[in-house]
Amino acid sequence: MKKFVLSQELSKEETLIRVEFLGPIQKEPLELEIKNLNELATILQNDKELSEWLENSAVAVNDALVSSLDCELKDGDKVSLLPPVCGG
Amino acid sequence: MLYLYDGSLNVPEILKEWYEQEATSNYGAYIPFVGTVRSEDGIEGLSFDIYEPILNSWFAAWQERAKAKGAVIKMAHSKGDVMLHESSYIAAVFSPKRRVALEFIDEFVEDFKASAPIWKYDLKNGKRVYALDRSTAISGSGLLGVRK
Repeated sequence: MKKFVLSQELSKEETLIRVEFLGPIQKEPLELEIKNLNELATILQNDKELSEWLENSAVAVNDALVSSLDCELKDGDKVSLLPPVCGG
Repeated sequence: MLYLYDGSLNVPEILKEWYEQEATSNYGAYIPFVGTVRSEDGIEGLSFDIYEPILNSWFAAWQERAKAKGAVIKMAHSKGDVMLHESSYIAAVFSPKRRVALEFIDEFVEDFKASAPIWKYDLKNGKRVYALDRSTAISGSGLLGVRK
């Protein structure tokens, strides 16, 4: 019972976002408490290994490409980074 | 109609299958493009990663454009390793008249190269090396790198 109450309280406050790094970006997915893409940019810019990838990667929220960081995120959303592509 | 395969494509079989699928659909033109791995820079082959959710939605948008012109697009692509002189990609357009298919195959393959979420690696000395210099940043890339 106590556990149930705790999880209810958490769900009111937490916005847990999964961040996935696709293709050649060798990085495990992250679970972050963030509310929008601007917060994600700030966090990822502090990771030196990612600096080049941030410059050349596209961003998708729930598998739809976005063209602006003005994007609010809700609990359970998935953000993906897509580095330069070359099919064929 | 998007088909993904592990490893190289069986080109004669796929082209025949597509031909037979549309044999009585009253299309006057069937224009395929086949991409084959060439020997260059000492590579042993190529390898591919695909992100299917976005590939599917990208392809569905193109299929809608084709449908509006009375045409249909088919595409096959490899996942994983494809060795020299094997094929990794087939795109084809069927249309009532040739002009629509000729134009679509050109636009479709160009946008495929620039937008489809597929990553290519050279297989060289047993290693898998990301082909960054031949890759294209998807339109709108770099958002997360802009400092405030």
